[in-house]
Amino acid sequence: MVTTEATVLPDLEPPASRANRTSGANRPGRRSRVLITVARIAIVGFFALPIVFMLVSSLKPDLQIFADLGSWRAFAPVGEVSLDNYAGVFDRVPFWQFLANSVVISGVTVVLGILINSMAAFALARLRWRGRGFVLTLILATLIVPFETLALPLLWWVNKLPSLEANGFSLEFSQGWLNTYHVQIIPFIANAFSVYLFYQYFSSIPRELDEAARVDGAGWFAIYARVVMPLSGPAIATVAILTFLPAWNSYLWPLMVIQSEELRPVMIGLQYFFQLNVSWGQVMAYSSLITVPVVALFIAFQKSFINSIASSGVKG
Amino acid sequence: MSRKIGRIVAASLATLAVAATAGCTSAGSGDSGGGTIELWTHAGGNEAELGVITSMVDDFNASQDDYTVEITDFPQDAYNDAVVAAATSDNLPCIVDIDGPNVANWAWAGYIQPLGLPEETYDGQLAGTLGVVDDEVYAYGFFDVALAMFSRESTLADAGVRVPTVDEPWTGEEFADALAKIDGLNRFDYAVDFGTGGGGEWIPYAYSPLLQSFGGDLIDRSDFQTADGVLNGPEALAWAEWFRGLVDSGYMAQASGEDATADFVNGTSGILYTGNWADTTVREAFDDAVVLPPPDFGDGPKIGAGSWQWGLTTGCDDVDGARAYLEFAHDTKYFVQYGEATGLIPATLDAAAEIPAYAEGGDNRIYLELADQFAVVRPETAAYPYISSVFQKATQDILSGGDAKSILDKAVSDIDRDIQQNGGYEF
Repeated sequence: MVTTEATVLPDLEPPASRANRTSGANRPGRRSRVLITVARIAIVGFFALPIVFMLVSSLKPDLQIFADLGSWRAFAPVGEVSLDNYAGVFDRVPFWQFLANSVVISGVTVVLGILINSMAAFALARLRWRGRGFVLTLILATLIVPFETLALPLLWWVNKLPSLEANGFSLEFSQGWLNTYHVQIIPFIANAFSVYLFYQYFSSIPRELDEAARVDGAGWFAIYARVVMPLSGPAIATVAILTFLPAWNSYLWPLMVIQSEELRPVMIGLQYFFQLNVSWGQVMAYSSLITVPVVALFIAFQKSFINSIASSGVKG
Repeated sequence: MSRKIGRIVAASLATLAVAATAGCTSAGSGDSGGGTIELWTHAGGNEAELGVITSMVDDFNASQDDYTVEITDFPQDAYNDAVVAAATSDNLPCIVDIDGPNVANWAWAGYIQPLGLPEETYDGQLAGTLGVVDDEVYAYGFFDVALAMFSRESTLADAGVRVPTVDEPWTGEEFADALAKIDGLNRFDYAVDFGTGGGGEWIPYAYSPLLQSFGGDLIDRSDFQTADGVLNGPEALAWAEWFRGLVDSGYMAQASGEDATADFVNGTSGILYTGNWADTTVREAFDDAVVLPPPDFGDGPKIGAGSWQWGLTTGCDDVDGARAYLEFAHDTKYFVQYGEATGLIPATLDAAAEIPAYAEGGDNRIYLELADQFAVVRPETAAYPYISSVFQKATQDILSGGDAKSILDKAVSDIDRDIQQNGGYEF
């Protein structure tokens, strides 16, 4: 196995710098550390305020939410606190159906997106073929086209495409992808930004690994699957999060292509609460419920996500 | 570690691909069989309204064997976009409900066709609940909403101002005097809340009647070809100066809270200007709540009209079935059910008489009187959606303190150009 630079770098570090780190010569004093910690807590608290407001408001009646707005009470579970808004949400919309739809749509989009985009990036970053620079430029150029511009032509196309449907034990062709899960997934698998992220990351992995694998008899797919991808955890995590978020938050496209309630994702579900009399408590309860999976995903991949952003210099 | 990641990815891929495939085959697209009539409604999430629609459809389906109506409900804020997308992909259902001001535009765009029901079907129906374009009825509604002002008897008594009535509303001067006196109580953040934090269609729905009461309008209704002289004339300028003046004098917030009704109930404002959908909340909060007509600024009090209505699409394969349903549904029984379930104004006088709250002497009778006497339908022109968006921007600019004359001139110029570019929106 070839030794990478990353594994030898720590040994090249001058002893002096290690000594400095352990001696505490440049370490901030106790007071500074306390101040830094307090500042960090304040910053975290500041950025967490909208989420705290959402969670707290989800426990209050509508009128109290507005009565508390002008004071600290808006961020504290005080007054008439109950889970009534959550009960209202489950009465009003098929929440679990919407959630399951979004989990399937976002999950499949993420998994297939990682697979397809990493393969494309691998071909661009590791294989030698004529025109790959041009193809990469072409892929990146698509980033400047906003989805809103493509939405109507895409709608027209997906309505014309053939669809294979199971009918008992036979398969039948029908026209149009509207009102299906796959119309919410397939158009968003290939993603120029994901290709670019993978391309950048793959380019930083030493080519000597490919050569060593080829000497051992590996083909390109084996190199992709067994050498490059296992070393690309941070890039995979970043692409997973950056693909998941728009898929989870998608609104315009499902609105255009889905009519059946059984197939609607969570963001369309949010609109059910905006009637003539908006039930803000239920809006907050529903928003809290659909935020949980996103926060859980971010926490799960947090380390890899930050590593990848730090190493690629790309901000999502 | 790398092996582990590989296994996780492979397992997730397999699981999710199976789930997706199962979903694709189970969900599919819902082709209607023979005699099946699809009906789309904006009532998703609105249990009361959807319940009445379901009841009507069930009754119709049980009443005959030739047709079956199937309901698909959408949440209100997503509904219009869904219909436009369906029209683009030629997937409109047979029956749709339409927000009143959009009827003319959808008729012009070819989404809907005249209902073709007998004329006498609409006898006794409030004018604002019919979608009439080019002298043809394209849609009818089961209910309407009315704009009104809410306050408390105690507030008005303490301020020393009379309680206005439908027969004797406040004049512009009286309203100004009332605001000054309520402001003088030093009890509220603002004397009045006109819902200036609202956006979208609320702005033309709520504020164009005030403009009309001053004598202006959104467009010259003689031929719907220009807004010149009505949206930028002296009356419109007087409206703009009055409206901005409420902010300058501190009587009204430039941008009120997200929920004006909640703010009013919480004691932020002395008078609330909103729709009758706020009635229950206000009455539950205050024993001495009073409903007031909007002021008369010279051309009489005005309120908006035209809520959700039912129409028939041009691509409908089973027009006879759809018409049979629409005729069946136009029954006083269902107007009553709508009124009772939603609390909104029933669209016919017969239905109103059967609902205690809307019958003579009922608590909500005032809304029916307001709708009957003061309602002005938003312009029945296909240009309306564009006019609406221009008016929204102009109003917000005026409230922000911009020069009213130049803002309204620009609005007129934009509207006239749009009408010209679309060939006058002729049918």
